[in-house]
Amino acid sequence: MLELKDISVAFPSGAGTEASIHAVREASLTVQQGDVFGIVGSSGAGKSTLLRTINLLERPRSGQVLVNGADLTLLPERELRRERQKIGMIFQHFNLMHTRTVWDNAAFALKVAGRSRAEIRRRVPEILALVGLSDKAKAYPDQLSGGQKQRVGIARALANHPELLLCDEPTSALDLETSAGVLALLKEINQQLGLTIVIISHEMAVIKAVCDRVAVMDGGRIVEQGAVYDIFARPAHPFTRELVERTFNLELPERHLNAINGTLLKILFLGEKAETPVLFEAAWRFGVAVNILHGKIEYIGDRAIGLLVVSLTGAATPVGEAVAFIRDRTERVEVLHG
Amino acid sequence: MADLLGLLPDLLNAFKETFLMLGVSTGFAVVGGVPLGFFLFITQRRLFWENRAANVIGNFLINVIRSVPFVILLVLLLPLTQLLLKTTIGPQAASVPLSVAAIAFYARLVQGSLCEVDPGVIEAAQAFGASPFMIIRGVLFREALPGLLRGLTVTIISLVGYSAMAGIVGGGGIGDLAIRFGYYRYQTGVMIVTVITLVILVQVIQVLGDYLARRADIKAK
Repeated sequence: MLELKDISVAFPSGAGTEASIHAVREASLTVQQGDVFGIVGSSGAGKSTLLRTINLLERPRSGQVLVNGADLTLLPERELRRERQKIGMIFQHFNLMHTRTVWDNAAFALKVAGRSRAEIRRRVPEILALVGLSDKAKAYPDQLSGGQKQRVGIARALANHPELLLCDEPTSALDLETSAGVLALLKEINQQLGLTIVIISHEMAVIKAVCDRVAVMDGGRIVEQGAVYDIFARPAHPFTRELVERTFNLELPERHLNAINGTLLKILFLGEKAETPVLFEAAWRFGVAVNILHGKIEYIGDRAIGLLVVSLTGAATPVGEAVAFIRDRTERVEVLHG
Repeated sequence: MADLLGLLPDLLNAFKETFLMLGVSTGFAVVGGVPLGFFLFITQRRLFWENRAANVIGNFLINVIRSVPFVILLVLLLPLTQLLLKTTIGPQAASVPLSVAAIAFYARLVQGSLCEVDPGVIEAAQAFGASPFMIIRGVLFREALPGLLRGLTVTIISLVGYSAMAGIVGGGGIGDLAIRFGYYRYQTGVMIVTVITLVILVQVIQVLGDYLARRADIKAK
């Protein structure tokens, strides 16, 4: 449904110089109809710029933007504007008009698309109800909380029945609880309306919560992309690995690391394997003591990823055998110590 | 006291002249300054009609007008006034340089107010496929309106000051009255009365302007 091909974006680096800063380099990605596609990366990685090339708020220096097979970069202004009406967008700082009520903010998007007054009067209550803000129609944005403002943003973006919704760090200005609400709403919209969503974030947690597929950006390039579960389970690029590690947040206190006697393992379980008692079996078979120091099981969709840090103590040979046994039956075993 | 009462017809007439000059020049400030301010804003930004050359020329013209002291502008524009009105004397004639100054002055303030509009809001409108015209009317104008009204208040009050110099070309008005009677004829009473009148006039304009701006600035509620 959406395909970016070899997108490069460069900004002039300053007055008088020919040199330019490459914000995005040869980025390509494909988003399937009905997917929630995430783009993750640290700030300055070029993800926001890449997102903005999709509706050409940012014109790429080279590359193609294909929406349903049609290249947007070739369209004249007028037709581009018509295409943009089919692509909703929400923003980190909501970007609502301060001098208009919630109703008028939503109505403006419809007016832009040339809808009649009657249509606007019919559609606005529908979309406000969809985001749960029917009672706030007459309020001004500055009277709303952050979460409510983002809901208005979503309502406005959905007004013209878009096929694609672009989300630029939609929860970064919100607190955790409100973020979860907004993300849940996006997921709900995706499922109910079959809307394709592209969402960028610097937080893996956001990606994990709503996305089906994800692209990881670093230094203007897409370094890795794939199903969210696979990226979490088997991150290939060092930057991705770092991101995933940080999300799992399995740091042991220094004191612990130093005081450990025995072998310290970090074990990754995937899918059903996360649900079998491998450790118990190893302890029982080889007569080693297993002590769990840290652990976490994440569910992405309905599939589990488990990460455990355990220490094995016992004689050298059985411990070695136990490690091999565990390695055989789990996704990955990393020996941290011993 | 007697000469103050005798002055009443003169004062009324001066009022009429001042209002004429203010009315005409304020009208031109709005009709000319608003489009010019929008023009400056739109040509400077990476928006839809970025045009460096046009922007530089516009800015230069405004700076030239703004850097000429008004008394000099008044004299400098006499040929233009003659050309337009076939006369260089009277409040109508004084309205020509006042209008020129007002347009340049207000255009700057309009540009300033537009720069205050959250660029994100403009971007959002672009993202929804709004045409340049809809962005100008529906977003820029609406969002900047409180600032535009405050700027207009400042402009009118400056014009009150400028109009006092209109006496140089026989424009008349309250300020002129103050100088002719109060200063040249040593009638301190007249001076005081006219100054008080001007103070009241400026206060009224400011209060009215603030009221309108507050009404437009709904978010401040």
